[in-house]
Amino acid sequence: MISMKGRAIRRWWPVFVFPTLAAFILGFIVPMLEGIYLSFSRFTTVTDAVWVGLKNYRRAVQDPEFLHAFWLTVLFTIVTTVLVNVLAFFVAYMFTKAMKGAKLFRAVFFMPNLIGGIILGYIWQLLLNGILARWNISLTYSAKYGFWGMVILVCWQQIGYMMVIYIAGLQNVPGELMEAAAVDGASSRQTLFGVTLPLMMPSITVCSFLTVTNGFKMFDQNLALTNGAPSNTSELLALNIYRTFYGRIGFEGIGQAKAVIFLIIVAVIAVIQNRITTSKEVQA
Amino acid sequence: MIKHVKHGAWWTAIFTVVSLAWIFPIVLVVINSFKKKVYISTSTFSLPIGNAGAGLENYTEGIAKTDFLMSFLWTVVTTVGSVVVILLCTVMCAWWIVRVKSRFSTAIYLVFLLNMIVPFQMVMFPLSKLTDMTGLNTPWGLWLVYLGFGAGLPVFIFTGVVKSIPDEIEEAAMIDGANTFRMFFTIVVPMMRSSIISVAILEIMWIWNDYLLPYLTLDLQQFKTISIAIQYLRGGYGSIDMGAMMACLVLAIIPIVVFFVFCQKYIIQGIAAGAVKG
Repeated sequence: MISMKGRAIRRWWPVFVFPTLAAFILGFIVPMLEGIYLSFSRFTTVTDAVWVGLKNYRRAVQDPEFLHAFWLTVLFTIVTTVLVNVLAFFVAYMFTKAMKGAKLFRAVFFMPNLIGGIILGYIWQLLLNGILARWNISLTYSAKYGFWGMVILVCWQQIGYMMVIYIAGLQNVPGELMEAAAVDGASSRQTLFGVTLPLMMPSITVCSFLTVTNGFKMFDQNLALTNGAPSNTSELLALNIYRTFYGRIGFEGIGQAKAVIFLIIVAVIAVIQNRITTSKEVQA
Repeated sequence: MIKHVKHGAWWTAIFTVVSLAWIFPIVLVVINSFKKKVYISTSTFSLPIGNAGAGLENYTEGIAKTDFLMSFLWTVVTTVGSVVVILLCTVMCAWWIVRVKSRFSTAIYLVFLLNMIVPFQMVMFPLSKLTDMTGLNTPWGLWLVYLGFGAGLPVFIFTGVVKSIPDEIEEAAMIDGANTFRMFFTIVVPMMRSSIISVAILEIMWIWNDYLLPYLTLDLQQFKTISIAIQYLRGGYGSIDMGAMMACLVLAIIPIVVFFVFCQKYIIQGIAAGAVKG
């Protein structure tokens, strides 16, 4: 049964829900449905679409540069997820203990991730090219340098963000539990792996989810740091899709098909990861 | 909180060194922004003294080349307007969805959830055509675009908050004769204050730094944001005016540092709160 209040509110939907819903339909639902339709079409603008069935998808999965970008992105995501989370957890763990200057260190570690991806890319281009110049090479010399350059950049950017989430999580671990473990004779390592980590699973879920999706969606930094050079070998998925759309006329349909594949991958990751990590959560 | 384990002074020393290394990339950009162009790529790590020094030349040139002040203004207009519109609309929407339980409201909620995982590449082409056709290719047009494409996360966070607010307070106010709007703005909104600030921080960080959405939707002849202006310096075939680039990077970082210094507490809270609920 709906209360008197519920009924009173319901009739105000044009004010409360309509603005968001209208913008949402215009800015998300329509382009999304159009995007799905266009992935089965050949087109150069949205009005000249001709239905071609699965042809775009066939050509997308046969594109060697797309497959290369896909595997590079998988590798990139794995490497950055592990590095960022391990380092961020370590830093957070150190900073929640009594340490002189921890507050200042925290601020320093956090700062980089307020800076936008394009700006970050050029900051690191300067530093890394400056270092590589000693060997007379640059970031665009081979994909290896571009790849590890991006890994370093992402660590620098995201460790601070994940650190903040881990610190909040660590502050919620009840102190009595740690003391009880210490009284029972557990070493600090045993406490960390036996008590703290299981209780930290919610934070770990959130952080690993964020780093995995950030890794897969990486675009700005890739564009600014190497723009895929040399010859698109340091190109990640999002940049490959972008280049397929805007790099050559006549490939828009294939670009859209790649975008749908990209969406499916991201959605599957989101579902799988949520299942795995939430099943490991422990109640405090 | 665990306070019984104390780290020795040597951990402070180690982290002091690491922290200095952490800000080194930014310091390096600042140093190079005062150097003459040719010295930036040939001797990146030297100081801007003697022949290499360029004074403020890079800054005047960079500001002129990118029309930096206008880019800054358009970034402010886009960000502030979008965040205000997003907060106002999604708070109202989230509250309505929770309080009016119907099939319609549940359905909307589920579509908002879907919105959170869809990457921008999925909609970029149709969306950019749509904004061109409808004249939404202006900074104020983007207020609506950001509200539409970015509605998922704020609605998700706010519905979680509204669910934790007891219904009875609102009921009592309405029995006392307050109308829906007065009740909403004088009772509900103040109770959601801290989560509204958190979401504001998350949205500011997103929109201020966003590159691809404004790049594809804005009319670039008239409007550029800071990120777009900096990317434009790259020019074709990899030729970059390194002097102007360094100066613009510094100018782009300054407002972020100011924002951080003044809002540090809220930023940290916002991220922690967003993560717990997200």
